[in-house]
Amino acid sequence: MTDPGNSRQTVRAAFVCGPGLIWLLVFLLVPMLLILSVSFISRGAYGELEWTVTLENYRRLIGFGALGFDPLYPQILLRSLALGATTAFLCLLMGMPLAFFIARLPGRFRAAALLLVVIPFWTSLLIRTYAWQILLAPEGWFGSILRHLGMTELYPGTLAVLIGMVCDFLPFFVLPLYASVEKINWSLAEAAMDLGASQWNVFRHAILPQISPGLTAGLILVFLPATGQFVIPDLLGGAKTVLLGNAIQQQFGQSRDWPFGAAMAVAALALVIAGMWLFYRKSGQKGEWL
Amino acid sequence: MAVNRPSLRLSLWSALAYLFLYAPIAVVVIYSFNAARFGAAWNGFTTHWYAAIWDNPQALSAARNTLLLAGCSTLISTLLGTALAYGWTRFHFPGRRWISGLLHIPIFIPDIVLAVALLLLYSLVSPWLRFFELGLPTMVLAHVTFQIPFVAIVVRARLAGLDPALEEAARDLGASGRQKFRHVTLPLMMPGILAAAMLAFTLSLDDFVVSFFTSGPGSTTLPILIYSSVKRGITPDINALSTLIILASILGTVSVMLLQRKNR
Repeated sequence: MTDPGNSRQTVRAAFVCGPGLIWLLVFLLVPMLLILSVSFISRGAYGELEWTVTLENYRRLIGFGALGFDPLYPQILLRSLALGATTAFLCLLMGMPLAFFIARLPGRFRAAALLLVVIPFWTSLLIRTYAWQILLAPEGWFGSILRHLGMTELYPGTLAVLIGMVCDFLPFFVLPLYASVEKINWSLAEAAMDLGASQWNVFRHAILPQISPGLTAGLILVFLPATGQFVIPDLLGGAKTVLLGNAIQQQFGQSRDWPFGAAMAVAALALVIAGMWLFYRKSGQKGEWL
Repeated sequence: MAVNRPSLRLSLWSALAYLFLYAPIAVVVIYSFNAARFGAAWNGFTTHWYAAIWDNPQALSAARNTLLLAGCSTLISTLLGTALAYGWTRFHFPGRRWISGLLHIPIFIPDIVLAVALLLLYSLVSPWLRFFELGLPTMVLAHVTFQIPFVAIVVRARLAGLDPALEEAARDLGASGRQKFRHVTLPLMMPGILAAAMLAFTLSLDDFVVSFFTSGPGSTTLPILIYSSVKRGITPDINALSTLIILASILGTVSVMLLQRKNR
């Protein structure tokens, strides 16, 4: 590489990177800034944008609407966060053993086992979600098992949404985690065992620090899309499982209150920025699991 | 040290996880061959629903839109993303370290936020520029936006893994900068570019949320068609259509894996 201050390099880089960067500027950053600005204006009588500055949308979002305190939107926010966190936790329970399982397979099986996780990752979320309608229906494969276990009226409902979320996002958790597990230096664990550490302590002190970048990345990559999900609660949930994503869709759709919808989108964005910050701090290597 | 083979408990748990991951895919595929028009009861094997797709003008036009959209957006995003990745790895310039953050935004933000943000942009600009009225062109713009980061990251990984000795050898043998790029660097990048294009294509093919918000009358794609049909009730012909899409995704994923395997 030549010296960093080279201005000829800057000119050449501008030609090569410029088109892509300008594209992202126009179709990513500008729209985000528009969302931010529209969240501070009000809506006209016919749903048109009225360019007068107001904090009304954010007041409504935290519950102080024109008609006094209304917990509807704070509830939606909290519900989204809770469902996102629960999904991440369940993915951890289910996906952590899976990542270790794949890492411990002999070489030729390992690639196949990994491919089996990657395929759902790249398969339409919409299709995999509507399939749960069939599976969870009272006469469906899972539905009838669950009915025998005494769980009735599972779908539509929160539990159905949770099942769909965990199934859809499990690969998002397993893939980054696997990238870390694959690189574990097992001699550290062996040394800890030789020194008489209990199984839990071996995991806690010899394994966990080694996989923490992948673990954090996986949890964030599940939590963020889960809180903003719109398709899964729309297809598997009922009226009681409106999440942030559905509320945004509603405001930009039927309700035609774009400024209020924009305020919700900003709330979702704030969450993403916090998540990305954490992701960068915790997991040095980015994107390698792609 | 040799890693222990997975224990029985670990294997059983993982088998359950795989079952859980594949149950939805399996049920769609299986029910696409079910002769019963309604309900979950198995009524015998048929390929009728696949034949019926060819007689369904809505499905055919949605398939045409989907392929057109995926083809155009993949072409644009592969060009822009590859150039971006090349400049990003090979040149030093001010602001270079911000690129990684910028590229990760579309990966992290919920689809719906990107979708409504673009809808807002289009609706503000379209009174002046008719091109931005909702339809296939606006969908292509939207898809390229979320494809560029994936392309750039995949191609960059390939570039970073190249042996610098190969390019040095080309220079030592007297190749000009252009010749070196044309005959050494570009062919070496090719597997990465192909893998990136395949991923971009799959992303576009599967996208529902962004398409849903940026589509106009007449630009319905397969995922939008599937969504609106599912809202009315799942039918076997929708399962047949979905099975074909699943098949395309699996083929795409496997070929990407093979391409990337060849890299190493």
